Amino acid sequence: MTSNDTRPEAGGAAGPQPDGAPAAPRWAAALSGLEYKQLVGADGMATLEVAREHLHALLAALKERAGFAMCTLVTAVDHYPKAPRFALTHQLLSLEHNERLRVRCWLREGDEHAPSCADLWPGANWSERECFDMFGIRFDAHPDLRRLLLPQGYDHHPLRKEFPHAGIEPDRLYRQWDKQRRAGWNAEEGATR
Amino acid sequence: MSGAQSGPTLTRQVFEYTPGTRPELDHDDPLHGELLKLNMGPQHPATHGVLRLGVTLDGERIVDVDPDVGFLHRGKEKSCESLGWHKFFPHTDRLDYVQPLMNNIGYALALEKLGGIEVPPRAKVVRVLLMELSRIMAHLIYIGTLGIDLGAVTIFFYSFRQREELYKVVDAYTGHRMNNTYVRIGGVYADVDEKVAAMIEKFLADFPAALDEIDAMLTRNRIWYDRNRGIGVISKEDAVAMSLTGPTLRGSGVNWDLRRAQPYSGYEEYDFDVPVGSVGDCYDRYLVRMTEMREAAKIAKQALDKLKTVKGDVLIEDRRYVLPPKDLVHSSMEELIFQFKVVTDMRLPRGEAYHGIESSKGELGFLVASDGTSKPLRCHIRAPGLMNIQALPMLAKGRLFSDMVSLIGSMDFVMGEVDR
Repeated sequence: MTSNDTRPEAGGAAGPQPDGAPAAPRWAAALSGLEYKQLVGADGMATLEVAREHLHALLAALKERAGFAMCTLVTAVDHYPKAPRFALTHQLLSLEHNERLRVRCWLREGDEHAPSCADLWPGANWSERECFDMFGIRFDAHPDLRRLLLPQGYDHHPLRKEFPHAGIEPDRLYRQWDKQRRAGWNAEEGATR
Repeated sequence: MSGAQSGPTLTRQVFEYTPGTRPELDHDDPLHGELLKLNMGPQHPATHGVLRLGVTLDGERIVDVDPDVGFLHRGKEKSCESLGWHKFFPHTDRLDYVQPLMNNIGYALALEKLGGIEVPPRAKVVRVLLMELSRIMAHLIYIGTLGIDLGAVTIFFYSFRQREELYKVVDAYTGHRMNNTYVRIGGVYADVDEKVAAMIEKFLADFPAALDEIDAMLTRNRIWYDRNRGIGVISKEDAVAMSLTGPTLRGSGVNWDLRRAQPYSGYEEYDFDVPVGSVGDCYDRYLVRMTEMREAAKIAKQALDKLKTVKGDVLIEDRRYVLPPKDLVHSSMEELIFQFKVVTDMRLPRGEAYHGIESSKGELGFLVASDGTSKPLRCHIRAPGLMNIQALPMLAKGRLFSDMVSLIGSMDFVMGEVDR
């Protein structure tokens, strides 16, 4: 696993827990029996790395048993050209305990789909739609997986690294429209010219 | 929700609330039974920007709403990846363009968290001052535009007159009325001088009376009350589940304010109340925002007083992140190189950082990820307005079509931020 957040562990010196045994986080008991890896982000936020098949169970346990009542955001980070390419990121917030948590799930290129969590947090619905729109990550069992910001029928997922910064689509649409227009002219033998 | 928070719970004893006073239109409505698809927007003035709502109507009643966003999508997150950390600052102005300084600060705080950069104390005070003035600006827009939508055109002029005063302040301070780009990594570009401080002082002295005028015209106004009370009721649980934040969440009675819960820029040193609604309808959200303006003025006054005692720089002197002063750039080769390096090749440490601030619309968060090179790996903008629009269908279903206007106004979103 290539992770950007292994910094404190690799560095050792800047680890989050100074001395002695690390205190077990509040939500550790709620997640017993689930497979995950605990890391600490550069901003000090606890980060759980989980495999895709355990993602939904982990999120459900965090919501039901650990009090993470709000899903702040769902997005992805494209680590191209590294091997597991997409880091699907859920960021949760517990109002009750005033705590944030990040859940990361690595997805490989060509296999970019993950379980939807819109059944747990209805507010994650549009975040997942946006993530699908921008990265092409499909969310299984999502109630309404359409594009959010870009037009329906758009061919690309612009936040992927291979998408050029200048964009490509308007040109293609224009050429298509122009071609049809010219074809019309030719068919009418210049009558409408 | 966390125990340390305190604040007034807003009372709503203006008029007696009698449910069911609305006429049941279904029986005598000639259009009842026939579903009508109506497009509202994207050029409709009441949608506050380029939002298209595909409304399905049964007579006057709303059966379904399908919000269509993205007309103002400019690819800000992609732009950040191509521009680099430093050059993205002007783009954050264009997110929620009624409060550009607030967006600047939110972005700067996320980068400072990732870089482990400490901001000088005076810069923190200046930032708090700017954030609270921005909050007043944004809420004045809310109250003015909602007033116009609901037929109270007078309110628009009263609120925009105050907003104009604030824009004069911001103009005198930054040199621009909008799109200021005055915040930098490690502080703010320049200090608040005496002239600007005096202008702010004068504004804050006059503002409560001006707000009282608006208050007197709206809060006990029968029409205003009838068009807002009982409309768009969100329960506490729904508000949390729908990821609503800010005044929309507090209007539903959830005592959650990031300035209290997760203080940044020294908010823990200021004395202010967090207003909380009781019912969660449009009227509660209106009351919350009105009270927030008063509280914002209170915080701004405290920040202004603090500026007299907290002295020092407003920008760190770290040439890795901060542009050198212009006169030195023109006279010293090293500084010119530093300038060049900051603009073209500024690097932040590897890792991910998230920082959320309490903007006027809710939690404005920036998730920034760096791989250690000068090209940002990712900059995700968590827009509160997007979540507010997401909640619209839930609130509008079963209501009358005229309530849609109140709902759009009371959810208070700016499309620049929603579409990014």
